Amino acid sequence: MPDMMQRRKFLQGVGLAAIASTAGCTQLSGSDSEGSASVAGETLTLTTTTSTYDTGLLDEIHGDFEEMYGVTVDAVARGTGAALESARNGDSDVVMVHARGLEDEFMRNGYGINRRDLMFNDFVIVGPADDPAGIEGMESATEALTTIAEAEATFVSRGDNSGTHTKELNLWDAAGTDPGGDWYQETGTGMGEALNVANQQSAYTLSDRGTFISQRSEIDLTILVQGPIEDGPGILANPYGIMAVNPGVHENANYDLAMAYIGWITSPGAQDAISDYQMNGEQLFYPEAVSEDPNFQQYVPEGWSSDSADE
Amino acid sequence: MPFDPVAPLFPLFVDLPFEQGYVRSIMYVSLYVSVTAVALSTLFSIPVALLMGFTEFPGKQFVKSVINTGMGFPSVVVGLLVLFAVSNQGPLGAMNLIFTKEAMIISQFVLATPPITAISLAAITGVDENVRDAARALGGTRLDVALVVIKEARYGIATAVLAGFGRAISEVGSVLIVGGNITSADGISKTRTLTTAIQLEARQGQYDTAMVLGAVLVVLVLTVNAIVVRFGDEGSMNR
Repeated sequence: MPDMMQRRKFLQGVGLAAIASTAGCTQLSGSDSEGSASVAGETLTLTTTTSTYDTGLLDEIHGDFEEMYGVTVDAVARGTGAALESARNGDSDVVMVHARGLEDEFMRNGYGINRRDLMFNDFVIVGPADDPAGIEGMESATEALTTIAEAEATFVSRGDNSGTHTKELNLWDAAGTDPGGDWYQETGTGMGEALNVANQQSAYTLSDRGTFISQRSEIDLTILVQGPIEDGPGILANPYGIMAVNPGVHENANYDLAMAYIGWITSPGAQDAISDYQMNGEQLFYPEAVSEDPNFQQYVPEGWSSDSADE
Repeated sequence: MPFDPVAPLFPLFVDLPFEQGYVRSIMYVSLYVSVTAVALSTLFSIPVALLMGFTEFPGKQFVKSVINTGMGFPSVVVGLLVLFAVSNQGPLGAMNLIFTKEAMIISQFVLATPPITAISLAAITGVDENVRDAARALGGTRLDVALVVIKEARYGIATAVLAGFGRAISEVGSVLIVGGNITSADGISKTRTLTTAIQLEARQGQYDTAMVLGAVLVVLVLTVNAIVVRFGDEGSMNR
């Protein structure tokens, strides 16, 4: 009953409950924090992709950051498209995604700033061991896809505007093939479910290596075309980037904490933690934020340069 | 490849790969959100049902149709509407409700209210006219009459509340959208419910653990139903 009363008052628009709630705290202390530099007690909302979350990486490494700053990280796992959309609406403070084209658009539109390359793994083309289309060991991912299309072997597509889906569409594009027909199935699900759907139909699909490794023991699919980590074609690389939401667009974005998070996760310590994270004895992500060499392209949309007068 | 020879033998006793307190915390969030939302819905629905049961007004059939349509309203759509409302850009954006339990309560309130109103209305309309007339004849005020009718219709109203609760706690689409399915790094749920946890396990292809969580959900709903029915019986004994 006390709860009910509290909620009732809350819904009547009294701000008390909001002040009491964590979310309220964050934003209130965020807006009148001029007197204090502390971020302790605040909440950082991170929208990210299913592949970073479902592999358990974030839960594993976030404890360190939360302890260091005395804050809470709320990780919301969506497809890359949905993660960026939440950020675009000002509903998150920082985004970690893996579709450079979509990230660049996000930056060009002014929503994201301070982008860093974070880590990478790769995509693999998986399918049934008997490989009806005969793509095993192909050196070219696009050739493999063309072969699957010509054989009209069942192919499961994520179909959900995620980073993996975006990569798949780019690959079809590069292969010069427009997939369609009964053999091409869009599931509109996460990677784990898509793998299960492919498994049940003995179909091919494109998967990030991390999700495939974490699920390999439960399905009968095998890797037929390797990604660059195992000397496969570079086109199957899967780089993750991280960006803060622009406080100039969304003034309630927790920019201080977002930058603290980006600073932490691109630091040597957190990068080591990423590289140490294993599942079933295999490394899932390869850090790439710490490097001796300059890498200016990580900060700006791909291909951007001040000379090209590209705004 | 690691292979656990025991797990396949006991699909229901699989060693759940969860942190301690994880399942308890998602049960808590499920119950907290659904019970609060249903309580609010009930407070809203019963007066509406009484009003509609007792009075005639133009457009009453239309209002009834709207409520009945609401019973079939897809939860994902409700989730999207609430998302637009509570998002930073929405009318309630300044309250910072996105990805909180409060936002989930709002969407479940919207989902639970139509069934509770419609079924309560049916129960109230079903109370014998004579009961109302008798209450009035004994000099009862409008409130007395209403209380008598509620008492007579209590089984129907309990069914209504349970139907609303069933819709709220078993619903996954809207709480996923407005809540964000968040747990902290140490595995304690913030906005993850049993249903969104099941969805998460299914997304990862962990169908075994998804089924176990499904069983937990069923037991939870059964327990709540048993408690409500028990209340109803005690109420009749104390009469």
